[in-house]
Amino acid sequence: MPINITMPALSPTMEEGNLAKWLVKEGDTVSAGDVIAEIETDKATMEVEAVDEGTVGKIVVPEGTAAVKVNELIAVLLEDGEDASAIDTSGGGGAAPAAAALETASATDAGAQEVIPVGAEAATAPVPVPKGADGNRIFASPLARRLAQLNGLDLKALSGSGPHGRIVKKDIEAAVAAGTGKAAPATAEAPKAAPAASAPAAGPSADQVLKNFAEGSYELVPHDGMRKTIAKRLTESKQTIPHFYVSVDCELDALLALRAQLNGSASKDKDGNPAYKLSVNDMTIKALALALRDVPDANVSWTDDNMVMHKHADVGVAVSIPGGLITPIIRRAEEKPLSVISNEMKDLGKRAKDRKLKPEEYQGGTTAVSNMGMMGVKNFSAVVNPPHATILAVGAGEKRPVVKDGELAVATVMSVTLSTDHRCVDGALGAELLAAFKGYIENPMSMLV
Amino acid sequence: MADTNYDVIIIGSGPGGYVTAIRAAQLGFKTAIVEREHLGGICLNWGCIPTKALLRSAEIMDHANHAKGFGLTLDGTMKADVKDVVARSRGVSARLNGGVGFLMKKNKIDVIWGEAKLKKPGEIVVGKPSKPAVEPQHPVPKGVKGEGTYTAKHIIVATGARPRALPGIEPDGKLIWTYFEAMKPSKMPKSLVVMGSGAIGIEFASFYRSMGVDVTVVELMPNVMPVEDEEISKFARKALEKRGLKIITEAKVTKVDKAADSITAHVETKDGKTSQIKADHLISAVGVQGNIENLGLEGLGVKTDRGCIVIDGYGKTNVPGLYAIGDVAGPPMLAHKAEHEGVICIEKIAGVDGVHPMDHRKIPGCTYCNPQVASVGLTEAKAKADGREIRVGRYQFNANGKAIALGEDNGMIKVIFDKKTGELLGAHMCGAEVTELIQGFVVAMNLETTEEELMHTIFPHPTLSEMMKESVLDAYGRVLNA
Repeated sequence: MPINITMPALSPTMEEGNLAKWLVKEGDTVSAGDVIAEIETDKATMEVEAVDEGTVGKIVVPEGTAAVKVNELIAVLLEDGEDASAIDTSGGGGAAPAAAALETASATDAGAQEVIPVGAEAATAPVPVPKGADGNRIFASPLARRLAQLNGLDLKALSGSGPHGRIVKKDIEAAVAAGTGKAAPATAEAPKAAPAASAPAAGPSADQVLKNFAEGSYELVPHDGMRKTIAKRLTESKQTIPHFYVSVDCELDALLALRAQLNGSASKDKDGNPAYKLSVNDMTIKALALALRDVPDANVSWTDDNMVMHKHADVGVAVSIPGGLITPIIRRAEEKPLSVISNEMKDLGKRAKDRKLKPEEYQGGTTAVSNMGMMGVKNFSAVVNPPHATILAVGAGEKRPVVKDGELAVATVMSVTLSTDHRCVDGALGAELLAAFKGYIENPMSMLV
Repeated sequence: MADTNYDVIIIGSGPGGYVTAIRAAQLGFKTAIVEREHLGGICLNWGCIPTKALLRSAEIMDHANHAKGFGLTLDGTMKADVKDVVARSRGVSARLNGGVGFLMKKNKIDVIWGEAKLKKPGEIVVGKPSKPAVEPQHPVPKGVKGEGTYTAKHIIVATGARPRALPGIEPDGKLIWTYFEAMKPSKMPKSLVVMGSGAIGIEFASFYRSMGVDVTVVELMPNVMPVEDEEISKFARKALEKRGLKIITEAKVTKVDKAADSITAHVETKDGKTSQIKADHLISAVGVQGNIENLGLEGLGVKTDRGCIVIDGYGKTNVPGLYAIGDVAGPPMLAHKAEHEGVICIEKIAGVDGVHPMDHRKIPGCTYCNPQVASVGLTEAKAKADGREIRVGRYQFNANGKAIALGEDNGMIKVIFDKKTGELLGAHMCGAEVTELIQGFVVAMNLETTEEELMHTIFPHPTLSEMMKESVLDAYGRVLNA
């Protein structure tokens, strides 16, 4: 039987690609592993290898064809002893999608396979064997898998009570009763699609990464929970949140002067310790909180159904700690005096470094500040940390030449970049928020009233 | 002074008790087991095991009687020598009884000989048995500890059950038998009335019928083996009647008149008709009841219900430190249920990870009459009563190559699936070797397979087990050899 070669899916989300180049022509013999074509997607060009051996009987889609749908027939491979006349009888013309007879060097495991559909009411679609967030197989009983599918549950969101954490019927029943573990609507409605279309696409496999490096030239350090969380959340953020960035320079001289004045007038206890010692970061937190109060449309979170309009500015502050980072939150920062923010921040920062924060102290929040000024960074853009819609990346305050009243002058300038979730904060709104922020930084006395 | 303090003391060395003791020892507990009569309990002394030995004699008898059909001629007649049949059965029992003694020693479990009474939480007094032992008995094992007071952090009651007696028809050991007497007849009776058609009644009826005895079974319910699926019960009844067994259902024995060496059973059917059946003996097999007496349960305020100790999913009673497992903790009164319950109980005490209460729906049941009956899970009637939409698959032995070759082509397998989820809800069988087949479905059920995995499983050819797959296929309209 002639073997149909179809357009491969190079990633779980790929729907079409360009057939950039054929590296074989009709009549060529190929063996498994031979590169036969190059496929271009919006992200990359990838090589396609043959998985069967045979003779290229017919090239159906000529090179240079754009937007070839995944699973569309692109060529036909003839097995030993067959000739081209076999092709017409193979029923492989047109778009009849056959099982992809190809694999590519970067094809990721889309997962769905293994199960043959049976009695109509028993299984409307094959139940895919899902993979956990770490790419490992999820252990679940066949019955649990089917019940999860019937109930629209995502096995990844469930934990199992069976041997070695196997998910069993009881766990599904408990989830159904508790209303937890619902799969994303897209997955529930279209179980035939690659599992969890909204799930992060898998990157290159460990083998694919490691084969770039000589053995012995590296050491493998297993990820801890924090590293895994960072990877998961930020991958998710970058893949699901349309980011855009707005930058502005703020002059700091007035703020620095006020800060010196306020710190100088702090009362001291009997040991001579001041009641507070404000940092530029503390004032940045306050300025962002007040800006969000003034521009409430930017103090939001996105959900598929609703815009979540927050009533207070809860500002997360990225704290770098050994092995990662964590974002403790100053709640209702717009209401709190600078001294309170400052002392709270000192406490949270210290406990963050000791990994002693309680979950409620770092979960949630409506925005975030990431300050790398103390490391001399001039400017950078941060990744929005959902459920936040914004994050402010703060650079170092440094003396720069500025033009004032048509004259060259020297001022302490700090560049900040606001990253926003475009689904809920549009460009102009982001600019408005940043303008309000700049106003507080450059007229810092307004933060005191 | 002898050490009398333990981590765990188990009262009763039946299959539940001795298995629990071994598991306790494996888990590092200093363990003792109290037994007043026979290591291994009823199961391997007067129940499961010796009856299987008797039934094996019956089976060979049946085969011999059908030898001609296999091209074999038996020169002379096949006769059962009752003494030797019983002696073999006792020998099988003795071997396993000794085996339990060995297992106790091997696992460093102290055996305390006598009857235990709970004095206060964590303490028992072991004294002389309050009832005479059933004779003949295997010898008391060597090296057992004697009467006295013993203490333990955890005490597990595993005292089992005994035959239930109906008022006015109390077993007398001579004319009215229980399974004890039925297991050791001194001569083969000519006729028997068996009261009750549960597993015990029907197995003895089947045994004695194979031995040529005229047997009448009287059952109160509409079907024999009333816990089984109705279709299977009816199928089995037909097969048993074909073997010459007389069966009267929806009937009860109202009175038994005793003569010098015979009885007359007065039987009344549901429609009020009465009849009298004269026979050498009546076997009373109307169920068993928990051994909760003389244990001191009342003194500790242990909760009981309908003759059984009330426990939670892990064998805990309402008294801290006191547990119960097996028959004494409620039905189904089966050895394998007791064993599993005991393991769950002791593992929970030890804090082993992943211990779950037993799922009663996954306890299989086997009856070793000819033909055999085996089942697990819901009957069709129960599944429907639960409001399930179901798919039922059936397969007959007369279409299976191995069954035909064996000359055992009368039997059937029936499976019940949940229509929506494909969950295997129940499996019911009647026919040769089905007691060995059922476990395939028990494993499937326990692993929560659906019809798909069963259809994808390769069953070896030629075997009786192929019928299991065919029955599954039949439930989905895909049966091959039918």
